[in-house]
Amino acid sequence: MTNVPDSAEAALHAPTGEVEHSHPTWSTYWKVAVILTLITVAEVWAYYIPSFVASRGFVPTLLILSALKFTIVVMFYMHLKYDHRLFRVLFTGPLLIAGLTLLALMFLFGHLYLKVM
Amino acid sequence: MTASVAHTSAPTHHHYTTLGLDSRKVAIWAFIGSECMLFVSLISTYLIYKGRSVIGPFPHETWTDPSTGQVLKPILNIPVTSASTFVLLMSSLFMVLALAAVQNKELPKRTRGERILGNSRLWLFMTALAGTTFLGFQAFEFTSFVHEGLSIRRNLFGSTFFTLTGFHGAHVTAGVLWLVTLLAIDYRRGLGSRDSLLVDICALYWHFVDVVWIVIFTLVYLLK
Repeated sequence: MTNVPDSAEAALHAPTGEVEHSHPTWSTYWKVAVILTLITVAEVWAYYIPSFVASRGFVPTLLILSALKFTIVVMFYMHLKYDHRLFRVLFTGPLLIAGLTLLALMFLFGHLYLKVM
Repeated sequence: MTASVAHTSAPTHHHYTTLGLDSRKVAIWAFIGSECMLFVSLISTYLIYKGRSVIGPFPHETWTDPSTGQVLKPILNIPVTSASTFVLLMSSLFMVLALAAVQNKELPKRTRGERILGNSRLWLFMTALAGTTFLGFQAFEFTSFVHEGLSIRRNLFGSTFFTLTGFHGAHVTAGVLWLVTLLAIDYRRGLGSRDSLLVDICALYWHFVDVVWIVIFTLVYLLK
């Protein structure tokens, strides 16, 4: 370790603009919480509508709503939208591999299938 | 409240990578990435065996035991789980408020609202309380399932369900212990903006536990 003062060391290593980030305001956090709650209410509401549950749109709708909640939390609460792109790579890389593995397993075990012709 | 929440990703007294990032923050993101793979493997197992249990109770369907004639209702209790999901979502809000409070510790608090929002102890406590409440809901759910005849050895649904949600519960427990530790530090010497990375790392872990539950809630509880 060098004897460079910490702040100077940070400035030395950090690319310009990487050290200080402006994060969402408190009001943004509250709005995000309201949006997450509303999406959850919509999901549970959809669960209790038999005609919608029986329709083909039920599963995609729930998956989209869930993905939306996931993305909102990751982007705003985990600050991935505002942080260094390396963190994005560290998170989305394994997530992508895991997601593709899940899809492959679903095809392999016959839960998903492609119609050929 | 429109004041921007300042954030310093490179606080003092820490080791930096060549990118100027704190190595501990890089480590927590790498850890979260590996945790994604763990939970996707558990979710995959659940989905692969979904609907393949030979005997009940089942998650969404009624089942009659042929040997006793006993009718077992669908076992999942959606209202209770929706409430626990709401509690966990709120805990994420409390966590970001705790982080913002620590990061802005040195800023003057003029109004009552600013003093409440700037109270890191309050928000850390609320997060830990919400996490504990979630665990209480899970204990209630597990107990009622066992009373209704579903154990980890009963059928494929029981095995995969208890393994998946049990692992998640263990993560929530670890998160609560971490939060209580931070709360104890805050009471002992006070958490300031210099400690924001400590809270930030805990917050990332906590939010990750929350997003895992978002996926579990939809795939396990809502999709029939």
